[in-house]
Order: sequence, then structure tokens, then C-alpha cells
Amino acid sequence: MSDRVEVRKTYKLFVGGKFPRSESGRSYVPAAAGGVNVTRGSRKDLRDAVTAARKGLPGWSQSTGYLQGQILYRLAEMLETRRRSMVDEIGGGPAEADAEVTAAIDTITYYAGLPDKLPSLLGSQNGVSGPFFNFSTVEPTGVIGVVAPDAPALAGLMALVLPLLAGGNTVVALVSEANPLPGLALGELLAVSDVPAGAVNLLAGKREELVPEFAAHRDLDGLLLAGAPAAAPSAAAADSVKRVRYAGADAAQWSLAAPPGVAWVEPFVEVKTFWHPVAP
Amino acid sequence: MTDAPKLASERAAQADPRTLRFGETWAYAAAPEGTDHFEIAERYGLFIDGAFADAAQGATLDTLNPASEERLSSVACGGEADVDRAVAAARRAQPAWAGLPAAERGRFLFRIARLLQERAREFACLETLDGGKPIREARDVDVPLAAAHFFYHAGWADKLELAFPGGRPQPLGVVGQVIPWNFPLLMAAWKIAPALACGNTVVLKPAETTPLTALRLAEVLVQAGLPAGVVNIVTGDGTTGAALVRHPGVDKVAFTGSTAVGKEIQRALAGSGKPLTLELGGKAAHIVLDDASIDQAVEGIVRGIFFNQGHVCCAGSRLLVQESVHDLLVEKLRRRVERIRVGNPMDKNTDMGAINSRAQLERIEALVASGTDQGAKLYQSSCALPDRGYWFRPTFFTEVSQSHRIAQEEIFGPVLSVLTFRTPDEAIEKANNTPYGLSAGVWTDKGSRILWLAARLRAGVVWNNTFNRFDPGSPFGGFRESGFGREGGRQGLRGYVQLDGELLGA
Repeated sequence: MSDRVEVRKTYKLFVGGKFPRSESGRSYVPAAAGGVNVTRGSRKDLRDAVTAARKGLPGWSQSTGYLQGQILYRLAEMLETRRRSMVDEIGGGPAEADAEVTAAIDTITYYAGLPDKLPSLLGSQNGVSGPFFNFSTVEPTGVIGVVAPDAPALAGLMALVLPLLAGGNTVVALVSEANPLPGLALGELLAVSDVPAGAVNLLAGKREELVPEFAAHRDLDGLLLAGAPAAAPSAAAADSVKRVRYAGADAAQWSLAAPPGVAWVEPFVEVKTFWHPVAP
Repeated sequence: MTDAPKLASERAAQADPRTLRFGETWAYAAAPEGTDHFEIAERYGLFIDGAFADAAQGATLDTLNPASEERLSSVACGGEADVDRAVAAARRAQPAWAGLPAAERGRFLFRIARLLQERAREFACLETLDGGKPIREARDVDVPLAAAHFFYHAGWADKLELAFPGGRPQPLGVVGQVIPWNFPLLMAAWKIAPALACGNTVVLKPAETTPLTALRLAEVLVQAGLPAGVVNIVTGDGTTGAALVRHPGVDKVAFTGSTAVGKEIQRALAGSGKPLTLELGGKAAHIVLDDASIDQAVEGIVRGIFFNQGHVCCAGSRLLVQESVHDLLVEKLRRRVERIRVGNPMDKNTDMGAINSRAQLERIEALVASGTDQGAKLYQSSCALPDRGYWFRPTFFTEVSQSHRIAQEEIFGPVLSVLTFRTPDEAIEKANNTPYGLSAGVWTDKGSRILWLAARLRAGVVWNNTFNRFDPGSPFGGFRESGFGREGGRQGLRGYVQLDGELLGA
């Protein structure tokens, strides 16, 4: 490398399709991120992100499954072409980082093929004892908060966010605290993947500070967290009857394993059942 | 909208020349159902490990007939020690129950369904005496549906792999279930049948004011030869239910009841990782568009709010009427409500029975008073009410605005709030403007409009040109603060199995 003074990037939040700094004016230098400045999100940033996700919900959830699938596939295309920079952002051993990018791409393509199958897989026509046409379909739960694991920083985030998007939800995700670069870099891919503004919002910051705010936010309809079940967020989430799930403590295992079918989609979609009389 | 009532009624009469005016010429003679074919014991114990026993502390509760305020019986009031004993019995019984050939588990459920059908009249009478609902509803809805739930889930027992392809469904273990007083037997069936079909064992806590049909169901379980401990029934009050849902030996909790208690349970289970399903309150929007068949809609509205005295979590308690048909519809509704027969629940002609308890009657009265105070216009049937017992007239409010308590809070009684809208978009916005999302109704003649509206209503069940229909094959449950999880249908089994690769619960 020459002795040119290079242009350094600050990694910023991704909210409503834009890349704001934190309203709190704070940043931090994560240990695992090689001395790079990262915007440190606040409670107010979370609120802004939830507002953006709520606003983005009709656009994303009412898109056809076919369109959702194509948009998610476009994200996989973007990540494939950004593989090298993402490997740098993941850091550590390059081979391992490269494998993680591959796993993330595979996760995306798996879920890209899912949205238009959900009505068949999770819905049903129901036999009832009477002259009624009765069927059930699934709709997204709404705006879901995600707390990603520290590592794998990219594949862990993808494993949690993708099933939610495939179900038609919009997402506010807190990326890895130890290494937020891959998570925030994902925003730069989302911004050019035709994913509508607000469908995915990415925050970086301190888990200790922000997880309680996620849990207490009344306009989040659900929470999907890395790690083992924990009392505090679950208890706070009960105030608005949020759907809460935990992915388990072994993030390396569930981030890199093949996606578990619809098992991670199902807790964040709502079954809606229609009745209509049948008469001449 | 501001026409004088007289003018509105004249217009309505013109619009509907077929109105028949019977006056009092068609009064019904009394037709009470006989009760000489069964006995109610003086006292009932807890049903634990296949036998009835008193509560460890010896505590009891009286259960009343809400239509007469007379004591029917006393039941044991279970405490922590009793819950402990019941959970232990369920735990002991679970491996053998799950280990039975699935078809045999199913055959026990088939037997229970048949026994319920054979003893239908006794169950219907007991339900009506203990809960106050009209015998016609207990006989035609509660008991047949309870039997149907057992029959339906009997057939799932040996087909679970078909319900969850590749999921390798496994039972959860011991399930703690707490049910409400509005459909006591039906809720017991609704909870027990899927749990057993999936290989779990059960500790059920019936509601404080309506324990008798669950205890009689225990007799049926014995008659069916169900192994001891597979189902345990612990009667009691709120503290009994709290002890059950918090018991460390319970692997899954299923609750039907109020949103406030549901939140307490969700909090109590926080961090446990235990699966939880909640079927909570509602404030259903019932939407009538201008092209709807108004006469049919009025029947649906009456069924939606006055069925079971309005003690229905999915009751159509917020009527949203398109402005252009409001006056006509309200006039027809007023006439129809005037003809609802309120009185002795055991009478086969009765349309609306007694309010379940004094406490519930007081809650209804307080919310209705708030409606009047906040400026809504009250209409009540002029029907005569019995001297004793807990009664409330069929009631509706017009000129209700969205901020009124009667438009936001669940009344759980025979009280309808009527609001208006101009466009389908406005109907959706108003319909979704509560924290609840259990059910909704739509009346219109146009299929594309039905599907458009139904897709935008944030509710787990949408009844189109009908209301308050239930079937064991039809998934039931809510969005948002109406709870999570479904009961009934293939989707309802999900709450009672563990699948490969699933996320961890709360």
C-alpha cells in the first residue's frame, strides 16, 4: 500500500433507507473492528427506526410473494459481488470469513424462494361442519425487533432477519456489538437491492442499553433474539403481548446451519381464518 | 344522521313495508327443559390421578345458578399442594400416554366424544344451570361442539406426521391449562383434546364460577377408561390458576381469558423458555357496507353481540355501519332487539339468559354508565327481567365515537356500540383502532370487497356475511393483544408439539 492518506469510512446506522448518524451524537470504536468509528445508536434512534419500519410495513407486506422473493434474491446478488469487502469487514481468518459470507448468501437464496410458498405451507382450506367456505392464510405479525449475536456477525444477523422478511414483516435489528461492520455494511447492500425503505433498519450500539428499549417498545409486535431465553426482555415484552423467540446460545451452529424450513417463519406470521357462507 | 328518531323510523317503515307487528299476540308459553335425569352432588372434589379428592387445605367454593342466585353445589378450591399433586400425577402418566400407539390415544378421544354425545342433555342442562346461558345454546352449540372437538382431534392422534412433514412432532410433556367461564365445557374440550392427541398430559383449571361441567367431564373420562393422571382437573379461584401456570413441573401453558391476566402469565413465564399460547380479549369490528343485505346483517349483528349474553371474546361488539344505511339499519336493529326473549335460561324459547356472575354484571353496568356519561345514545330493550338472578337488557349505543370507553374496552356483555364510516378505507382504519385483534365481521354482497376488507382487518378470524361460527377444524385465535397461537385446525396442533429446529419460546 502506498503512503496515500486514505479515505476512512464511518459506519452509520441504516434507518428508513437512509444512513443517519445517531441523534445522540455518540460513536464508539468496537474492539473487533480494527479501530473504525461506528455510530452508537440510542433509544431515540430505535424509536425512529420503529417508525420507519411501521411506515414500510404496508409496502413490503402487501408486495406479492413473487416480488418479495425477487427482491431478496437481488440482495444475494449484491452480497455476492461485495464478497471481498464483506470478508474484510467480518475480519479474522479470511477463509472462515469467506465461508460465513457463503452461508449468508445461501440463507438469503433459501428465503428468497419462500414467500410465495407460505400460503400453501402454512395456510389451509378447512373442513367445517356446515355450508361454509373456510380457509386460513398467513399474514405478517408486523414490525419485529431483532437482536443479532456478536458472532457470526453477518451470518447470525441474516439467519434472524431473513425468515422475518420472508414472512412479510419489517425489521429493526441491533447488529453485533463486538463487530458491527458487517451488519451495517448490509445496509449499503439493502439500499441498492430494491428492498423498500424501512423494510430493514439497522442499529449499532450497546446491547445492555438498547435491548431493554426493544423489549419495552409498544409498537414492536415481536422480538427475535440471539441467545438463550432471558427473563428481562421477555417480561417487558409481555406489556404489549409481543411474540418473543430466542434462537439459542450456540450462534455459530444456527447461523451456519441450513435454514430450518418454515420453523423460524411461523412464530412471526399470524394465521387468519375466513368464513363465508355457501348458498345458491 | 341527525334526523329525529320518529322521522328515521318512518323512513325505515317506508323502506321496509313487510314489517309485521305482532304486539303481544305471539307470546310464548313456558317450555322449561326437564332436569330429572341427572343429579348434582352436594360437593365435588378435585379430579387428580383418576380419583376425586378434597383439597389439601379443605377449602371449598360455592357455585351458584346465576339465574336464581341459588347455590348448586360446592367444589374444592385447590391450593399449591393440590396443584403440585396434580402436576406430579400428570408427569407420571405422560410417558405411558405418549408411548401408547397413536391410534389407541385416538380411540380414547373417540370414546370421550361419543360419551359426550350420549350424555348431551345432562351436560347441556348442567352448563345452563351453572353458567346462565340459554339451554338452546348449550344444547345446540356448546355440547355438540365439545364432542366435535374430541372427535376431530381423535383423528389427528395418529396423523401428526402428516400435519408437520419433516418436523418429527414430539409431545411437550405436562400442559397446564386455564379456561374461562363463558364456554366452560367447550373450552375444556378445546384445550384437552389437542393436548391429548399430541401425547401430552393435562392439568386443567376450570373457571371459579362454572366448574360443574368440567367435573362431570372428569366422570366421562373415567367412564371412557382414560388412564389415571392423563387429565387432572383442579377447581379453584385465581390463586389456583396462578399456582398452576407458575408450577415448575408444567412444560407448556395454555390460557384463555382476559388480556390483563394473559400479560401476567406471559410475565410469569419470562425466561423459562416454555411454550405459551394465549387466547385473550377482543373488541371485534362488525362492518356493514351499503350493499349488504340489511335484514341478514341485522340477524348477524344480533348473533354477534347477544349470543351467550355477549360473554364471548370474539363478540361483534363494535358495529361499523356505512353512513348511508345507518338509519335504516339502526331502526331494524331496534325492532329486532325488542323481540329478543330474555329470561329463564332453562326455557327452550329463551334467546338470552343470565349474566354469569354479580361481578360481571357490575362491570357491564359500570361500562354502560360510562357510555352514557361520555355522550353516546343508549337504547335498551323494554323486556321484563326476572326478580332474582343477574340480568342485563340487550343494549346498544348509537352516536359512539372511537375514543369512548365503550368503543375501546371489552365489555363482555350484551352491549353493542354503533359507529359509522363513509369509505372502506375509513372502515379499516376504525376497525383496526384497538389493541385487540381477535375477530371481525364483514357484510357486503360483493366478493372482491369482502376479500379486500378481510385481508386488511387485523384479526385472526374474519366472518363474512355470517358471524360467531366455530368449528374444531377452523383455527381460532388472535392478532396483537388478543394473544398468540391458534386453537383448532391443523394449525391448532402446533401449540402442543415440539418440532425439529424450532425457536425457543419466551
